[in-house]
Order: sequence, then structure tokens, then C-alpha cells
Amino acid sequence: MDKYELIIIGGGSAGIAAALGAYENGLKKILVIERDSEYGGILQQCIHNGFGLHTFNEELSGPSYAQKYYDLIKDKKEIEFLYNAAVIKIDNKVISVQCEKGLLKYETQAIILATGCRERPAGAIGLKGDRCSGVYTAGTAQKYLNKQGYLVGKKVFILGSGDIGLIMARRMSLEGAKVIGVAEIQPYSNGLARNIKQCLEDFNIPLYLSHTVESIHGKKRLEYITLIEVDDKLQKIEGSEKKIECDCLLLSIGLIPENTLIEELGVKIDPRTKAAIVDDNYMSSIEGIFVCGNSLHVHDLVDYVSLESRKAGKAAANYVLNGLDNSNLIENKVSNGVSYIVPQHFHLKSDIEFMFRVNKIYKQSYIHVYGNGIDKKIKRLGIVPSEMQKVLLKKEELEKLQGELNWEIIE
Amino acid sequence: MYDITIIGAGITGSLIAYYLSEYDFNVLVLEKENDVANGATGANSAMVHSGHDPKPGTLKCKYNLLGNAMYPKLCEDLKVSYKAIGAFVAATSLEEEKKLDELVKQCIDRNVPYELLSGDEAKKLEPNLADDVSKVLSLPSTGIVTPWEVTIAALEEAMLNGVNLKLNYEVKSIEKKDDCFLINDEIKTKIIINCAGVHCDDITNLLRVSPYKTEARKGEYFVLDHLNDTFVSRVIYPVPTIKGKGVLAVPTIHGNVLLGPNSDYIEDKDDASTNKGLDFIKKEINKTVKNIPFNKMIHTFAGLRPHIDLNDFYIQEDDEIKNFIHVAGIESPGISAAPAIAKDVVEKKILNKFDYKKKDNYVHREAFIKMDEISDEKKDELIKNNPDFGKIICRCEKISKGQIIDVINRKCGATTIKGVKLRCRPGMGRCQGGFCEPEVLKILAQQLNKDVSEIELNVKDSKVLLAKAKEDL
Repeated sequence: MDKYELIIIGGGSAGIAAALGAYENGLKKILVIERDSEYGGILQQCIHNGFGLHTFNEELSGPSYAQKYYDLIKDKKEIEFLYNAAVIKIDNKVISVQCEKGLLKYETQAIILATGCRERPAGAIGLKGDRCSGVYTAGTAQKYLNKQGYLVGKKVFILGSGDIGLIMARRMSLEGAKVIGVAEIQPYSNGLARNIKQCLEDFNIPLYLSHTVESIHGKKRLEYITLIEVDDKLQKIEGSEKKIECDCLLLSIGLIPENTLIEELGVKIDPRTKAAIVDDNYMSSIEGIFVCGNSLHVHDLVDYVSLESRKAGKAAANYVLNGLDNSNLIENKVSNGVSYIVPQHFHLKSDIEFMFRVNKIYKQSYIHVYGNGIDKKIKRLGIVPSEMQKVLLKKEELEKLQGELNWEIIE
Repeated sequence: MYDITIIGAGITGSLIAYYLSEYDFNVLVLEKENDVANGATGANSAMVHSGHDPKPGTLKCKYNLLGNAMYPKLCEDLKVSYKAIGAFVAATSLEEEKKLDELVKQCIDRNVPYELLSGDEAKKLEPNLADDVSKVLSLPSTGIVTPWEVTIAALEEAMLNGVNLKLNYEVKSIEKKDDCFLINDEIKTKIIINCAGVHCDDITNLLRVSPYKTEARKGEYFVLDHLNDTFVSRVIYPVPTIKGKGVLAVPTIHGNVLLGPNSDYIEDKDDASTNKGLDFIKKEINKTVKNIPFNKMIHTFAGLRPHIDLNDFYIQEDDEIKNFIHVAGIESPGISAAPAIAKDVVEKKILNKFDYKKKDNYVHREAFIKMDEISDEKKDELIKNNPDFGKIICRCEKISKGQIIDVINRKCGATTIKGVKLRCRPGMGRCQGGFCEPEVLKILAQQLNKDVSEIELNVKDSKVLLAKAKEDL
């Protein structure tokens, strides 16, 4: 059985950056296992630009970003890539891989899961109506269009204002489809402000806030949808139904960390992120198993995925070379407007950048961080759910803390 | 001239074809849809009832009992999955407990194995039973199957043994001639077996005024994802009422859980859309189970029960038209009863009409390749012989390219995205095909020698891709 110091599962943006981080910090035998035939993951179908402003100080397309990041590690003989290979089981530190060469097994000292996320499908929200063709998640439509060159619809309606949906509104318009509108059940958009501007407003595509799709209709192909308004408790308002003719409904209703392997391993899951609970080293509840990138929590920008994953790579290298950090773990507690926080718990050893999201729009507000020994109010203007918040706490500040650390938003 | 023509390739029609294929008959199966098992067979509770429930003296009762006994051997012969996981009927009041006693009497009369458990005893075995459950009738002979897998396998084996299948073939006219029937002015057949499900009366009406009226009763279901912690390990029934068996929790062969069904009479016999029934199910299911992981819901669907106004199966040769055989009203417990119905129809209604002999070169089908059921060593060997088995296409259900190619290139093979999904599961998992559908579509196009733009999702004219990029600019 081949032995590695570190095996990284997933060769997308997170996996590449994690490999770099681990290499930079002294690991000599790293294997990246990728399901697809090339590195880059979902970046390879994101042919729009907007990637890399923070990392490379320029706006790149998804494939260019992947290429540029991969170039940082491509000559390193310490990092091997195995393509067209799917991890089907992790048993202790033995990884079973199914690929065209056979069923292979590898032994490793540490594992980083960098498996990305998946889109929430229609079935998960119990979308009512017919089972006709024409209903796709935005990412699937993106793959058909950008990798195979086909449009899945000519008259398109989009449910959910997630970024992929917005990007696809623009892409499909440019490729000859008519995008009729976007419905968002919340009273605010779930996409980045720049995408609302560049993908909807610039193309005169209406955004229906506080609206959702009640049902879909069509015996063979989608013929129309019924749009319905919701009240401030997100309850459907009877009588507000509108029939909208379309041959395609795209869904951009949320991304879920890809956590199949983590669940099978029995790693402790945070019900808020639906992903692993990790410490400030990105280590899960199982020693030597690390999680980063969109399989830990869904990020706004690939740059943040890379940044986080490089740190996870460093932490994994540290673990392999120096052993487990046995110091006490401090718990983070969230309330009043904070929907989740990563890491969920941490050691008192270094500066830590905490990442979290809020559950609604706050115009003028404070992020309140408090506990025994700490009470800090950080003023922030315009906190929105679609933008991840980051707070860096210094080692000196954290060292004063006794017991748990609390996070809330004060309006 | 065909000896026998079966109209409808659901589970009953397909099993009739399967049993007929042992003999030297010339058999044709006609199906109006583009795949088999597309009606009631494709959307139901996917289980084999023990036979405790149907009214005494009915055909439903008779065939359910016989069918339950046949399933283990049938599934072994067809090389498809069957698991006798048992069932609990959960009572939550004194009144319901009394009803359990009536069911016990029926079990005794019918030789159905049973055990009565206290609420506490039952909760030790099924920790997610609702707190109110006070008494339970345990029915260990209850089983689960994948009904479309049985259907597809039965028809595949039938076709390997000479049975013909015409898909996309709607029967629009039937004429009775002296010694045969003429279907759509082109197909001659000595015998017709009407297995047309919700359309049984429409088919009969082509020849005479149908002695029964078929209605569609819609049942909606939720599907839960595979769970790490078992939610239920048996079928959980509420105590039955006049309205029927109620809302069940049913583990499936592949580790999912079905919650449903409701029952709604509908006008349009082809309307399998989901509706408000799901709200009803959410409410009702709480009666028998708790801690329901609704956040693990990945799919919803509706099935149409072919109900006839005679309130029982209607299985007989027509009283006016010789050689026209009705197999109608096969609603619940239709899946459970199907093998027994099929065998009975063949043995009692067909064989006596012919001088026949059994085939001496009967061929058995090969099992679908299920990589999750074989050892690592076997897997490795399989991949080394054919690398396509190493290439995972469906990440959620871990289905390889080799498996998909296999189910396309068989008799009764898959021609649509849904056809592939029914046969080997890509798209059945938590992403519901989001990642693998474009890959499955490419493989279908390659294997069927079609352009990707021709591939359909499920029914006729349900194409996936509508235009090439920039085509309409």
C-alpha cells in the first residue's frame, strides 16, 4: 500500500491551496485525489470573470484562476495528483479509491477533505407540480452551457437569487435565451451586490423579492410556473398567484457542503453549516481529519476558499510534523442574528480569523463579541446575509478569555 | 400473428410476459410510454404486504397472500433485490388496539406470521415510534422490493426468451375478427391481456362498454436521503381505517425512507403531479413516528393507483368477448399480488387455450452489476477487466460508467435519463442528478448513437437540451 503524509480529497480551488499550504510547511509526500479528469473543480465551468482580485490582483475567469493557482504547485514533485478517481471509503487512515486502474488503497497520516459543495435540488424544497423536463439547478445548466455548448431553455425563469443563478441569468441571455425574471423568497437578494447589478439590472431582468414558485406545470416540457408572493413570515399569500410561461426553471436555492464522506466517518456535524465542526486548525472531531473550503462552509469568493485552505494545509502539515495540539478548546456560541460561525471552537495560541454569516439585513449595527474577559463591539455598516463576515481577534485579546466566547449582532 | 398480446408493461403485464416466456408462444407486449414501469409500478410504496389487511374473500386478499410467498424465490430467480424487513402496525389508542385484535384474527385465519408487542417492547426495536404508540402488531413476512427493478428484470428475461416489446405504441383501435383481434389495423393476435392500469377501461371500451370504470387515485410521497442513524428499520403502518392503510414510513432497498401516501381522486388519469398531499403526509406521519428528519428530504413524487369501481381486482376473461382477458384495478396491494396474479393468469386463463410445450433452451438474465454489493477484490477484478467500472459518474450513489453502459445495452434497456436512473440509480441521491445528469446524457447519446440534443429526460418529447449556444441570436 502506498503511504502518504497527507491525502487531500478534491482537486478544486480548496484542494490545490491546501496542497500548497502543506508543501510550504514542510510536507514531502502529498496526494491530491480528484474525481474529474483535471484540477480546478467547479471553477472549470465558471467561465465568467471576477475571480482572483484578492489573490492575484486581477480579474480572472474560473479556469484561469485554477490554472494560475495550480502553476504555484505544478513543479513540486512532493505533490502528486490522481485524476478520475473517487474516494469511496475512509477507514481509519486508509483511503479506498475507485478509478480506472482498479480499487486502490492508500495509507496516510492526515486527510484534508476539500470536496466542495452541491446545489440544493427541487426535491429538497418539495416543489409542487409535474415532473416535466426543463427544471435544473443553475450549476447543472451552467455545465451544459459552458462545457457542452447547449442551452437547457429558451424562456427561462430563475428561482432563488444565489450567485450561480444570477451568473446564469446573464450567461443564458448572452447565449440567446430570454430570461423572464428571478424570484427570491426573502425580502433581500442572496447574491452579491455586484452580481445583481451586472447580471440582472444591466440586462433588464426583473427581481421579484418576497416571491417564490408555487408549482411547475407541463406534461412533457415545462410550460409555465405559478409565481406566488409571500408575507414577512415567508407564508404564501393566497390570491397572489401569477402564471408565467417559460420552458425552463433554474434553481439557485442554496449550496450545501458536500459532506457524504464526513457523515460516513462519523465526524461531528454543525447543524447550522451542515458540515464538520472544526477548530482553528480546521481539524474535525476526528484526529487528523481536516476540512476546508466550501465543504466546510460556503464562501462568497474563491479567493477566500484559497486563503482558508492554504491555512488548513499548513495546519495539517503542523499536525503531521509536530503532533496534536492538546491544549484546551474554547467554544464559540452564536445568537441574535449570527447564523453560524467557523471555527466552532478554538485553541488559545494565535491570532484567529473568525468567519460567520448573519440571518437578515442589518443597516447600522455592531458585531458584539463577549465572554468572561472580553467585551468588544465592532461597528459595521450594512451587514447582509449574502456576504460573509470576518473578524480577526488577536492572540492577546483571546488570552484574557475564560470560558466560552459569544457572538451576536446589535442593531 | 401473435398468440398473446399484453397491453401495458407495468409489473403485472411484465410478469405475465415473463411466465409466458417459458412456453413456445409468440408473445407481444405493447406499451404507450417510452419505457416500462412508467405508471403505477413506478410510483408506490415499494413493498410487499404480508396479506394481513385486505378484506376476507377478495381477490386482493388471495393474491396478496400468494404473492408474498412467491417474492423471495421470484427475486432470486430474476436476480433482483428483496428484503423481508418486517412491518409494525402501530396503535395509539384503545380503539386502535381493538382494531389490532381484528387484524390478529385475520392473521390467524390466513396463516400470516405475527406477534403482538407492547408499546415499550416495540420502541426498543424501533426507537423512533411515536410516544403515543401503545401496542404494535408485528408482521415479519412483510418485505421491500424495487417494483420497477422487478418489472425491468422480468421483461428483460422475457425478451431474452423471445417476447417482443413495442414501446411508444398506443393502442387506439381493437377489432374482433373470427379467430383473432386486430390492433390498430396492423397487429393480429389470438389473445389480448389488458394490463393497462388506469387505462384498462379505455382499452376495453375499444371493444365493448367496459364492465368497470377505472379511476386514478393519486398518492404522494416524500423520499428521505440515506441516513447515518437508522430512522426506521421496518415498515411502520398506522392502524388501517375505512379510507385505507394510511400514511406509512417505508425503508427502501437502497437505504432511503419513503413517507406517504395520501389518497386523492383525480380527473385526469395521467396527472402524476405533486400537490398539497405533502402537507397532509407531514401531518399524518407524526401519528406513528417521531424525530422525522424532514431536512433530509431529497425528492417528492406522486403515483396513480388504478382503482376500479368494483373495489377489488378484476381478473377474468371477458364474459362477452372470448380471448380478451381483464387484469384491471390492480391498486394496492398490487405490487405484492402481481406475481401471483401473473402466474394464475398464465396457468388458468392461457395454457388451457393452447397445445403448448415448454422451451428447452430457456435463458436467464444476468444480474445488474451492483458495485456496492460486491467485495473490494471483485470490484478490483471487474475494473481491471473493464476500466469503465472504475469511472464513478454518480458521486452520491457511487455508480460507475460501466454500470450505466450495461443498463443501456441490455434487452429492455434504458433510453432516457430516467430510464438509466430507474435501472442503476444515478440521480437517485442527494444531488438528484445535479452533477451526473450531463454525464449520463453524454453516455446515453454515445451508446444509442444519437446526438446529445435528442436525449429525453423521461417521457416522449421531454428533451433535456433545447438549443445550441448562440443558435437563437
